[in-house]
Amino acid sequence: MTNNPPRTSPLSLLRTPAVIALGLAILLLILGEIIRPGFADYNQITNILRIAAFLGIVAIGQTLVILAGGEGIDLSVGAVVTLGAIIIFRITGGSDALLLPALAVALVAGFVIGLINGIGIAWVRIPPLVMTLGMMGVVKGLILVYTGGRPVGGTPPLMKRIISDPWVLGIPGDVFIWVLLGIGVTLLLQRTAYGKALYAIGANRITARLSGVKVERRVILTYALSGMFAALGGFVLLGYIQNVFINLGDQYTLPSIAAVVVGGTALAGGVGGYAGTMAGALVLTLVSSLLITLGLPEFGRQITYGLILLVLLAVYGRERRLRG
Amino acid sequence: MPLLRRILAQPYALALILLIVGLAITAIFQPAFFTGRTLANNLRTFLPLILLAVAQTLIVIGGGIDLSLGAILTLSSVVMVQTFGLEPDPGPWRTFGGIALGLLVGTLAGAAGGFCVAILRLQPIIATFATSFVWAGLALWVLPQPGGNVPTALQDFVRIYFLVPFSLWVILAILLGWGWFLGTRWAKRLYAVGGNPPAAFTSGINVEGVRLGSYALAGLLTGCGAFFLTADIATGDPLIGGPLTLASVVAVVIGGTRLSGGAGGIVGSVLGAIVYYLLKNVVALSVFNLGLTPQWQTLIDGTVIVLALAAPGLLRLARRRT
Repeated sequence: MTNNPPRTSPLSLLRTPAVIALGLAILLLILGEIIRPGFADYNQITNILRIAAFLGIVAIGQTLVILAGGEGIDLSVGAVVTLGAIIIFRITGGSDALLLPALAVALVAGFVIGLINGIGIAWVRIPPLVMTLGMMGVVKGLILVYTGGRPVGGTPPLMKRIISDPWVLGIPGDVFIWVLLGIGVTLLLQRTAYGKALYAIGANRITARLSGVKVERRVILTYALSGMFAALGGFVLLGYIQNVFINLGDQYTLPSIAAVVVGGTALAGGVGGYAGTMAGALVLTLVSSLLITLGLPEFGRQITYGLILLVLLAVYGRERRLRG
Repeated sequence: MPLLRRILAQPYALALILLIVGLAITAIFQPAFFTGRTLANNLRTFLPLILLAVAQTLIVIGGGIDLSLGAILTLSSVVMVQTFGLEPDPGPWRTFGGIALGLLVGTLAGAAGGFCVAILRLQPIIATFATSFVWAGLALWVLPQPGGNVPTALQDFVRIYFLVPFSLWVILAILLGWGWFLGTRWAKRLYAVGGNPPAAFTSGINVEGVRLGSYALAGLLTGCGAFFLTADIATGDPLIGGPLTLASVVAVVIGGTRLSGGAGGIVGSVLGAIVYYLLKNVVALSVFNLGLTPQWQTLIDGTVIVLALAAPGLLRLARRRT
């Protein structure tokens, strides 16, 4: 198995998608500053990092399921983000003391939803796109039944201090949480048996199975982790917004996939990593905030967002030629 | 019974069984569903999804998927409404011009997605997701707020009742068209491209052309769906098509067409689209009859759809055990 990133010279490191995406992010920042001076202010940058952190955390699970290959994708993450936030909002009712148990319940709920996704995909052989799409509908139904359509509860003040308030240098807590998670996930992918198995499964399921990897179990675990990280994303989002609504997380589903792709993880599986996704989340957040800064109307923002995504895809999301 | 066995061996056997079950439950709890006018009205609301499901099937058989069909339907629909104008009878030029322009926009949008997938070789899921933003944005530009008007002649046209409701004639036409298509070279090429692209390429098939063609044809069918929807609801809405994209994929899967390409057919998808609505109706009936709060409907809806999606796989698992 040579799928863990090979040790390479510093020069070829510059050509990895993660570095390209990061370069693109810096370019966008400079572009923004030229168009609207003040775009690259310190406060503005920390704000962009903060928003990128939500997308980045939701995209952790997305990175894992896409790496696992087999047309892996998780369209239920947005709904699970909402569910996670609503569970914490409702259980704590604004009390710090209940925060840890509430967080635990939210993470377990996300894990179980992901587990069902994984079982449907690995054992029942439902295509991931369809399974997780169906699950999105189920989770939305769960949210409606759980809240009766109107979430009641509160956000513990402790969450604001952990997530929203600055830790050092005016940088809010969620950015540090994101970076810590980023290091953790990268170690998980590169240093553990699970990570190595994931790359092997993504590259070629048959050879992975022949070399003794329990493919189905790993795939099921991966979807369960995706659900858990989505619920964690809900926790962080709640700490920032401090309120919940029924479709809080919807806006993160498809951008989480885009962040993974922009970060150079192949949708075919087996190639990529979380560092790229982090850079991808930054790029997408910068694009949206640049479009808002430019004062484009909603339709113009949508069209531009779509076109930029297409261009990024055309640059490095292409499939191989048939003759070649 | 050899005929029964032959039908049960079809990929759409599951959709057929679900259809019969759905019809039976509906017949018991809501017999009014089948009275002439109600049935015609219901079938008319099914029609756009049926066309989208057929469109999605053609793409899936060719080895792709299109997550922009709902947005294409919206764009095509708002273009029609804006061309019709606000008069109840805008005259033949605006009426037919609107339809033609809407169909053209649908075809071009479909082809543009096909270009990204076939020629630029972008991943279908993410590429058509990206183009869906472009179409949805354009639709908002064409018609920022719900509104507009549809010529009364067109509203009457989709309500024609000649022996059977109008919608059944459309479904019949689709099935006949499919029967004709299956006999052509194009069908063989489409299945070959979806089944094994390198082999299709080696045997001299223009893989890119066939893929592009399947997306363009799907765009045209989506435009037809937009026409039926617009004439039915008699107004324009820049957000109307969104939920239909995913429903079209669900209809295809329930209909027994595998998403991996190279197999399947539209008969199942037509049944799948009808089953999709019937199941929703059955859920709504049960929620009402059991006295549950309306919030339960989304949850049960979702669960029933997941179970329907899981059914082919569960059947296979069960068969392997025995």
